[in-house]
Amino acid sequence: MDYISWPDPTFPREPAHALAFEGAGPHRLLIVPALFDEGNRLRRLTVEVQRRLAGRHTITSVLPDLPGCNESLAPLEAQDLASWRGAMEACTAHFGATHVLTFRGGALAAPRALPALHYAPVTGAAILRQMLRARLLSTREAGRTETRARLENLARTKGLDLNGYRIGARLFTDLEQAEPRGEAQDLPQSQIGGAALWLRAEPGESPEQADTLARAVAEWVEGSARP
Amino acid sequence: MPVFERAMADTTDQTLRAILTDVLGLAPEQTATFEADTGLFGHLPELDSMAVAGLLTEIEDRFDILIEDEDIDGEMLETYGALRAFVSAKTAQG
Repeated sequence: MDYISWPDPTFPREPAHALAFEGAGPHRLLIVPALFDEGNRLRRLTVEVQRRLAGRHTITSVLPDLPGCNESLAPLEAQDLASWRGAMEACTAHFGATHVLTFRGGALAAPRALPALHYAPVTGAAILRQMLRARLLSTREAGRTETRARLENLARTKGLDLNGYRIGARLFTDLEQAEPRGEAQDLPQSQIGGAALWLRAEPGESPEQADTLARAVAEWVEGSARP
Repeated sequence: MPVFERAMADTTDQTLRAILTDVLGLAPEQTATFEADTGLFGHLPELDSMAVAGLLTEIEDRFDILIEDEDIDGEMLETYGALRAFVSAKTAQG
């Protein structure tokens, strides 16, 4: 496990860092993480899949942060889907990736030029709906009343704090429309088995799911490798 | 209770326990002990607003129902029995 630096176009002042696992084989996989809170809950699964891909399946992988998330220095509020995708494309080029694996909403920011496998992809609207619901619940707990319509209006014009993430107006409106790219291959949770880890109230782990997911990814990479 | 309705109620109960098992990361034996008055939101520290939002989304998906913002109140989320009654009423409407 290593940290490699890569040039994030959304924050040219300093290099960004990505978590890399070196495998002995020729395939190089870029991983686009799940978004926001799901990214935290799936972090361990994501990294455990990387560890298995390198150790058991000889696949090198790299896990960058989406600009504004995790350890990224770029301001989240300034991002939109195009800046996220541009950053993932810059990382792809820098790292020489041959394939892309996305987790959940990461599918929405996947670079377009490479073959992609989407693990349990989700629409931007579904992500926002859940984050808005969490915000409505917590403000109600605090004894205040907000309405979804008013929050959506505010988000579309000025941006909004959702679950601790300052989402700018452009990212919000982009996500409202965003669908995972159609020609990518989907890997639904039903093929992995067990309870989805992004549902967990607190981050959990599952070595069995990491085993199965790594095996499925390796089979897909081998099957879609260019001759 | 007529046989068909009883069967529906049993399925609702089992599915709801399964969802809670997944969300809370518990063993199925633990959620099997949930009683109607077992406390949920406000009683289980890990069940914060983000987790409840996820729980409601999963209920929508697995029961194929739509939960409106105005349906959601503290009482319906407070105990297992209240949540089950809410889901039963919603599925009966659908």
